[in-house]
Amino acid sequence: MTTTATVPTADPAASAPPAARGRGRVALRRFAANRNALTGAVVLLLLFLLAFAGPYLTPWSHTDIDYSALREAPSADHWWGTNRIGQDVYAQVLHGLQKSLLIGLLTALTATVLASVVGACAGYFGGWTDRIMTFFIDLLLVFPAFLIIAIVSPRLRERGWIVFVGLLAVFGWMITARVVRSMTRSLKEREFVRAAQLMGVHPLRIIARHILPNVSSFLIVDATIAVGGAVMSETGLSYFGFGVQPPDVSLGTLIADGSDAALTYPWMFFFAAGLLVVFVLAVNFLGDGLRDALDPTSGHHRTRRRPRRKGTTHDRAAR
Amino acid sequence: MTAPPADAVTPARTAALAVRDLHVDFDGPEGPVPAVRGVDLTLNPGEVLGLVGESGSGKSTVALAAMGLLPRTARVRGSVLAGGTELLGAGEKALSRLRGSRVAMVFQDPLSALTPVHRIGDQIAEAVRVHQDVTREQARRRAVELLDLVGIPDPARRARAYPHEFSGGMRQRAVIAMAVANDPDVILADEPTTALDVTVQAQILDVLRTARRETGAALLLVSHDLGVIAGMADRVAVMYAGRVVESAPVDALFAAPRMPYTIGLLGAVPRPDTGGRPLTPVPGSPPDLRKLSGGCPFAPRCPLADDACGDEPALTGTGDDHDHLAACVKTPGPGLYPVPEIPPATAGAEAPRSERPAVLRVQGLAKTFPVFKGTAFRRRVGSVYAVDGIDLDIRRGETLGLVGESGSGKSTALMEILRLAAPEAGEVEILGRSAAGLTKRQAHALRGSVQIVFQDPMASLDPRMPVGEIVAEPLRAQGHGRADAAGRIPRLLELVGLEAAHADRFPHEFSGGQRQRIGIARALAVEPELLVLDEPVSALDVSVQAGVLNLLQRLKRELGLAYLFVSHDLAVVRHIADRVSVMYLGRTVESGPVEEVFARPRHPYTQALLSAVPVPDPSRERARERILLAGDPPSPAVRDEGCRFRGRCPLYAALGDAERSRCEGVRPAPRSLGGDQVAACHFAAG
Repeated sequence: MTTTATVPTADPAASAPPAARGRGRVALRRFAANRNALTGAVVLLLLFLLAFAGPYLTPWSHTDIDYSALREAPSADHWWGTNRIGQDVYAQVLHGLQKSLLIGLLTALTATVLASVVGACAGYFGGWTDRIMTFFIDLLLVFPAFLIIAIVSPRLRERGWIVFVGLLAVFGWMITARVVRSMTRSLKEREFVRAAQLMGVHPLRIIARHILPNVSSFLIVDATIAVGGAVMSETGLSYFGFGVQPPDVSLGTLIADGSDAALTYPWMFFFAAGLLVVFVLAVNFLGDGLRDALDPTSGHHRTRRRPRRKGTTHDRAAR
Repeated sequence: MTAPPADAVTPARTAALAVRDLHVDFDGPEGPVPAVRGVDLTLNPGEVLGLVGESGSGKSTVALAAMGLLPRTARVRGSVLAGGTELLGAGEKALSRLRGSRVAMVFQDPLSALTPVHRIGDQIAEAVRVHQDVTREQARRRAVELLDLVGIPDPARRARAYPHEFSGGMRQRAVIAMAVANDPDVILADEPTTALDVTVQAQILDVLRTARRETGAALLLVSHDLGVIAGMADRVAVMYAGRVVESAPVDALFAAPRMPYTIGLLGAVPRPDTGGRPLTPVPGSPPDLRKLSGGCPFAPRCPLADDACGDEPALTGTGDDHDHLAACVKTPGPGLYPVPEIPPATAGAEAPRSERPAVLRVQGLAKTFPVFKGTAFRRRVGSVYAVDGIDLDIRRGETLGLVGESGSGKSTALMEILRLAAPEAGEVEILGRSAAGLTKRQAHALRGSVQIVFQDPMASLDPRMPVGEIVAEPLRAQGHGRADAAGRIPRLLELVGLEAAHADRFPHEFSGGQRQRIGIARALAVEPELLVLDEPVSALDVSVQAGVLNLLQRLKRELGLAYLFVSHDLAVVRHIADRVSVMYLGRTVESGPVEEVFARPRHPYTQALLSAVPVPDPSRERARERILLAGDPPSPAVRDEGCRFRGRCPLYAALGDAERSRCEGVRPAPRSLGGDQVAACHFAAG
């Protein structure tokens, strides 16, 4: 460098005011401006509050049996009624909601993270990494997941529901990973990835900063669907006696139990089913909002509020 | 729009093509988007009318509307008369009769204009049979004649080839053959040479001239290239924001433009014949046609604009020359646009070249790609010699222009250099250090000194990252802290002519020229010594390109940078480079100081290349003698022991047998030809 070089150096005094906001801050601001997303987030928060604080409002626990009230309609004593053996539906549904919220969200999150890491690494590094990872993905795909969970879960029952989350996640990420892998392969050829490589950015950093954000739209949509899917698989497995077992309950088991009585004793079915619908809807709203917030080119609300000013900079630029 | 017809002289009835008050709107999500807003054009029989404009000016839409080829979402109003027949609103059947027989079209992309599954000859014969009552055999013979007319060697045999067997230039010839098959009155050529290389472009323009001579058709030539227009057109219409803003005979337009936009455009375009003249960019960028205020659409960018520009001016002629029309209420004088000041070179760069340290030295670089065949048992069946002996030498504060046509191996050579690893053959030395012996850590540190700016400013910026983070990325990669990197961003953005407040916007919120500035700011962040510019302005419009070129020149002077400037555009290279290196099929064929190479090219390929570059000056264009190269470059999969250029070389064609054998058997070594100029040719005159 010659003495007259004027490449800017870090000068705290000169650079204080317009510090660039990172993409996280920008996304957060965009998220906050999206009404659907906020609704989704608030509803989800309320559901958690209901599931974990709600049980303290009633004297009944989900295992208590009131022999004086069998199949009783909602009343002051049993707010959401009782089921056929006299258990309080309110207490049971809230306990089931706890389980389902955790299982659904955690399974979707784990599966998506696993899928994006494996898929992106396989697609980005290529070669032997790709071959080994793809082989592993294909292997898991041909395993009969239901059978394996059915065999394994009784042995792991003592460890509790968290193991169940792990099992559901392990068998739910492969297809997503394959899609992420192929998306990564095409992203890798894009010039901005090549630019980062030529700048000497570490490969894992490129994956985290360039590849994953650019597949995030797909990942989020996939994750929101996976939440509903996880709750459903849990229900299916529980029905066959492998998942959540009595006296423990989940929304899935409650719906399965109450579905016969949906027309005759609606409270035994509709409270659980309604909460499940609200839960899945809230997750979908949240996912949609998150996707829009992370994708700067989506939506018009931002451009409408702040019209572009192209001309002003060019006048200066054209010196 | 109540503008009078552009040329009242010629009645619409006798004109080959008359466009009157043409309006085209496209349906958009927020209501109709105007693309053409009241265009009048008259194309006289046998005349060549050049339609010039930047991207988005509506020039191609005019051509497509005239053919009735616009999509259904377009709403067209006005009138298009071809030899007295109204084309707008005509039924599909009537249009089909007219298309090809009276009005023919040549598209930009010759590959998509031909059906891949039919033989070329059959496709031309089909065009003949649609409009003429001839037998299959006669049509086939006519197709061969037409292929001969457009200069395809061995036409009888080539007529049986499929489109993929033709090169880009040959395909475009075939499309022209198809266009002239039925002796049309009008040929519409929409950017016919934009996708082609310079030497092939010269061939195709020549074919277009021949085709016009043979058929006597009028030609509407749509192009963004002022040089092509200057060489081909009799009259020129300049379009801006969906309207014709100036229309004049070609000499008058280039010698004395009236509309400030035309003046700006001519001042912004670099010329291959005069270097060093500072370019005067037009400030701003073209307007969004959805948001026109009703005034002169150019007013926001015009240095003369004042209150009188509040109404959109009509296209009028002044004085006695009623064929020179301009849509401007002002009379611009000379020196309309301020000439940008390029600061003098810094002290370090003033030293004689030989004393300055080398930033990049490349010697005999080679790169081959294997060619595989078979799926179950992949076996190597050959090699593509993409780069086969390149020599480069860049000193500090110097710009080397690397010139070559597509397929010459420019990009491969760049990637090999930037890989910072041992090359397949030859030697790469960056800042005095050989790339072969670098450890991982050293290579990483060296990456900070060599940065790259890519061709496509949209593709090279991550669409999901705010500009501030994009610019900070190389800093973070070189181990600067987050706060330190963030502190430098405002001044980096200001250095390239953007505002510091832009740091939290995303790339899609910027125009093409601004995006390229972001790319430059990113490259400059780590204070590199060598900047590799891979076609940095070829995706930009002329008026914007000039601003970016001036910025690059200013930065080079201020920061003492060295550039490796890769381009296929010789005019740009002439403008910005100090030295030039010409590549042909992976080999360096000539290099030297830019003035000397452009004034006295020694290698026959360089001579042909330079003579093929169109100059935006009609009188010079007409007076120039062109060296037209025969054919296309040979396949790079064949390793030639001798000179790779000899198949197309005019010098080789004139040699005797004994001398020819030298070209065939001995690879020409770079030979010094006076001063600093080096050419790889056995017989180049010293």
